[in-house]
Amino acid sequence: MIPAPFGYKRPGTLAEALALLREHGEDARLLSGGHSLLPLLKARLARPGVLIDIARIPGLSGITETAGGLRIGALTTHHEVEASPLVREACPLLAEAAGRIGDVQVRNRGTIGGSAAHADPASDYPAALLALEAALVASSPDGTRSIPAAGFFTGPYESALKPGEILTAVEVPSPPRGSGEAYLKAAQQASGFAVCGVAALVVPGPGGTIASARVGVTGVAAPAYRARKTEEALAGKPASPDALRRAAALAAEGVEPLDDFYASADFRRQLARVYAERALAEALRRAKG
Amino acid sequence: MNISLCINGQSRAFDAEPRTLLVHLLRDEAGLTGTHIACETSVCGACTVLLDGKAVKSCTVLAVQAEGSEITTIEGLAPGGKLHPLQEQFWEKHGLQCGYCTPGMILAAWQLLERRPDPSEEEIRHGIEGNLCRCTGYQHIVDAIQAAAAQMGGKR
Amino acid sequence: MASIPEAPKFIGVPIKRRDDPRLIQGRARYVDDFQLPGTLHMAFARSPYGHAAIRGVDLSKARAAPGVVAAYAGADLAGKIGPVPVAGLVPDARVPVQPVLAGGRALFAGEPVAAVVARTRYQARDAADLVEVDYQALDAVVDLEKALAPAAPRVHAQFEDNVAFRWAIAGGDIEAGLRAADVVIKQKIANPRVVPLALEPRGVLAHYLPGEDKMTIWSSTQVPHKLRTLLAQQIGMAENRIRVIAPEVGGGFGSKLNVYREEALAAYVTRELGRPVKWIESRGENFLATIHGRGQLGEAEMGLRRDGTITALRYNVLADCGAYYQLLTVAIFTLTGLMLPGPYKIPHIEMKVTGVFTHKMATDAYRGAGRPEATYILERMLDLAALELGMDPAEIRRKNFPAKAEFPYATSAGLTYDSGDYHAALDKALQKAGYPEMRRQQAEARRQGRCLGVGLSTYVEICGMGPSAALGGQGWESARVRVEPTGKVTVFSGASPHGQGQETSFAQIAADAFGIAVEDVEVIHGDTDVVPYGVGTFGSRGTVVGGSAVVFARDKVRDKMARFAAMRFEADAADIAFAGGKVFVRSAPEKSAPFARIAQMAYDAIQLPPGTEPGLEETHFFEPPNFTFPFGTHVVLVEVDPQTGEVKILRYVAVDDVGNMINPLLVRGQIHGGIAQGAGQALEEEVIYGGGGQPLNATLMHYALPKAHQLPRFELDHTTTPTSVNPLGAKGVGEAGTIGSTPAVVNAVLDALAPFGVHHLDMPLRPEKIWRAVSRARKGGPA
Repeated sequence: MIPAPFGYKRPGTLAEALALLREHGEDARLLSGGHSLLPLLKARLARPGVLIDIARIPGLSGITETAGGLRIGALTTHHEVEASPLVREACPLLAEAAGRIGDVQVRNRGTIGGSAAHADPASDYPAALLALEAALVASSPDGTRSIPAAGFFTGPYESALKPGEILTAVEVPSPPRGSGEAYLKAAQQASGFAVCGVAALVVPGPGGTIASARVGVTGVAAPAYRARKTEEALAGKPASPDALRRAAALAAEGVEPLDDFYASADFRRQLARVYAERALAEALRRAKG
Repeated sequence: MNISLCINGQSRAFDAEPRTLLVHLLRDEAGLTGTHIACETSVCGACTVLLDGKAVKSCTVLAVQAEGSEITTIEGLAPGGKLHPLQEQFWEKHGLQCGYCTPGMILAAWQLLERRPDPSEEEIRHGIEGNLCRCTGYQHIVDAIQAAAAQMGGKR
Repeated sequence: MASIPEAPKFIGVPIKRRDDPRLIQGRARYVDDFQLPGTLHMAFARSPYGHAAIRGVDLSKARAAPGVVAAYAGADLAGKIGPVPVAGLVPDARVPVQPVLAGGRALFAGEPVAAVVARTRYQARDAADLVEVDYQALDAVVDLEKALAPAAPRVHAQFEDNVAFRWAIAGGDIEAGLRAADVVIKQKIANPRVVPLALEPRGVLAHYLPGEDKMTIWSSTQVPHKLRTLLAQQIGMAENRIRVIAPEVGGGFGSKLNVYREEALAAYVTRELGRPVKWIESRGENFLATIHGRGQLGEAEMGLRRDGTITALRYNVLADCGAYYQLLTVAIFTLTGLMLPGPYKIPHIEMKVTGVFTHKMATDAYRGAGRPEATYILERMLDLAALELGMDPAEIRRKNFPAKAEFPYATSAGLTYDSGDYHAALDKALQKAGYPEMRRQQAEARRQGRCLGVGLSTYVEICGMGPSAALGGQGWESARVRVEPTGKVTVFSGASPHGQGQETSFAQIAADAFGIAVEDVEVIHGDTDVVPYGVGTFGSRGTVVGGSAVVFARDKVRDKMARFAAMRFEADAADIAFAGGKVFVRSAPEKSAPFARIAQMAYDAIQLPPGTEPGLEETHFFEPPNFTFPFGTHVVLVEVDPQTGEVKILRYVAVDDVGNMINPLLVRGQIHGGIAQGAGQALEEEVIYGGGGQPLNATLMHYALPKAHQLPRFELDHTTTPTSVNPLGAKGVGEAGTIGSTPAVVNAVLDALAPFGVHHLDMPLRPEKIWRAVSRARKGGPA
């Protein structure tokens, strides 16, 4: 497992990185933690001519509070997200999802921007980013744009990033007051990737009802998706186990599940239903707690 | 290209291709063969080293990415030929058999104890989920980490 | 009067390992850690197809690549390197010739087609990519039953079908036994292929010195002498000019009990080029081209009386050989037959094996090697029988054990179990588990809608491989013991431990006899120039056979030393004792000398006892008169989530009887590891092939090994029934855990699923399989 040869550039600023990206075009790949890219290079499934290492560009990492929530630099590692008191306080769902990625060593190196840009349909973050209605910030020589998570993940290993753009940050709005959240996951036994990961965010309403719910699902289909039918079935309904079950039963409606040697499409549908129900129940419990 | 690293407290300079994996640099160029290669897909953790104080899988880090960093390998965990409490307790509790996963396992455990000085058994088992051992069934490894935590002072 | 010094006893004491300091400090040296100046690196182009015609191999681009020194295709080596060696064949087995590089056809995915040799490992890897092979993909046979269909593609054109061999074993009268039964249980049962997955992949470093005409080979092997003998024949070099060193070896589990193509190639190439040549297996190669384990698909029939007494067991099985045999491919399946009666009195037994060629890597020894397969069949069938007869699984097992007084017990498969007390192990395990309470807990959980299951397995295994005649040769082991002039003791063992800890346990064995500290004993192994010709470490034989050889060699030296002491003290040699670092006269303890003083005498040889040569060095080849038969009971409690199919092992209790323990700490470690491996097979592990013969999960991202958080804390205990087969009374422990755990875990899961009417599922019990079975059952379909 040795990568094919490539060139290596380490720009000092975002502008330099964007210029290099423009110069090398399709032949270049961005490198941050490398935990999505290096396995591909080692298996020689990707053979870029040049790597642009953005890991040391100032201003692209770290977690800051903004008016509406948090801004997480693209180079922030999974461990930093998982362990950040700021994230755990303001946005525990994201910390919970980060803590379920891979293992300790992977979380020490892998970055939120790298993971999101790689858009692996079995990665953990997308479920949480969808449920949190996060936005992904991309820079290009033309400027900066903000892409809602719901429009960011477009297919297996495909995102809305355009050639020449660099993902610089993830903006996570504060969850609605009083909400509860949970990320639950069935992990593929070997890789730890999600066969089904469900991020649920529930806002309780008056009189034991659910005001609204958001459900992000990863691992089940490509790309990760919002289980809108489940969400609609819950809005304004009593927060009863039955209602959760009926709504969760719709968690894989309208999607075409992935199908591989480990889990068939049918099984992924089943996992989506069960994990949606459990994640919703847990989110509700936490909201009450 | 030129790569400068501080490995186990010593500054070293290397000339290596950009594609050189950190694990290969450590083993083949720096001669530190205590770091092992087993899965090559960043699953097994045999290649774990500390990069600026964080446990990483050195088969999934390019040497150039580590430029200017401090690296601790198993050879450098305890200075002057002494044993770190983790090493002592892996020995004491029979936390290894063939020994191939052991350096990585010890460094992953180091990271765990650095973040959680007094971990529960459950936390230990999850703390080493990035490290595979085919010999021990993990029980003596868990015992060793628990004992090392106690030796190191536990609740600090 | 001086007192007799207190003898420290090391045998039976859980002392920590002497091998560990180098391992925990990263100072141990595995094959890839040896860096010889001028070393060339070898890499392979391997077939991506399960079956393909090779219409041409173009090495020109590879040869022109930077750093490349040489490149070889199959045609370049024809007649220069012999075929991969095979042993342990049965009569009339069809034996295909396995070349070191594929010739006209590639017969499994991962088969080496070309080798390139370059100055660095990166250059070698790059050049392997430049090998151009003109493949024509052909239909592959993957499925065992389909492989035997008349129209199936043939793996070997020279044979008329894909039958590799047929073999049978029978005892009693199977038809009569089945007729005598009140019920006959039938079940088709698979034991899928798994990957041994030693964490250190294979590797070889070969260094030929043209001046001396000598070759040194460092190989990650369990059998350095076997490798040397067979490799010498393969490359046509005198055996005594080859030195094989098994340095630190990072696990084997049977996968390194073999001689592989890459070893022969490295040896050939270093002789061609006169430079050291290294090949280190990648994990991907390890999945594809290192032997697999298990690989059986059979139908079992068990006859029983209403009271649970077994009358007969028949097992007809297809054995997945792969495309070629490795060293012991065929022999492994015969071990299943020998083991088939297990710990039960089964008067009538029959097993018929049909070996099948498939377009896959060979199967061969994997921890347990044929015996876990037998235990699995038995333990599954007994649970099915218990269900049918409405008996408790513990009771049906108890009912069929031979009583302690019936040992030595002759089985219908032709073995004689020298000793055993199966009731004691079962009782102790049930007590330790709190079996009745476990059942109550299960019943209570079921009322709450939770799915708990209790699984049992009681097993016996064939260990201490073994009498030479029974193994078709080489069942002995060697040891040489030398007391050095300074009183240090060196043990040279023909066994080749690779993690089992015999550097410690053999030192314990030696230290006790000489009355010296364990620290004063050095154990050397794994170097054919240094240790006596040996067989190796596998089949739970290291301590049992190798350790027994140490006992005899040690005693020979001690007796000789006693003669020197007797001469000095003017006493009778029989009256000489060794303890506390001293040699003394037992009846007159004031007559004593330091151990080293007597040792020095033997080397000074100024005066010699009558008929005694100078020096203190003796060799012994220990030939065991029988196998050993460890046994035990494992009890497992699991919880199954019927909605997701996830299984959690809640408790694992194991009571094993491995006879006398030399070092109980090491014994526990072996059992822990074995349990984990067996549980892995039960729940997760299986090599899955696509229709073209490519494994679909040949990386550790896809093939799951048990991880720490997936396993519970194992609760261990033991009974001790020493064997009389060897002087240590030890029976071997390397495979016990694996043999006991696979059926125990599977039985527990199926016990949990029993309320759904799901009575059998084939391994591995991954979540989807369980969920599907439960859903089908809930819909009223067939389980």
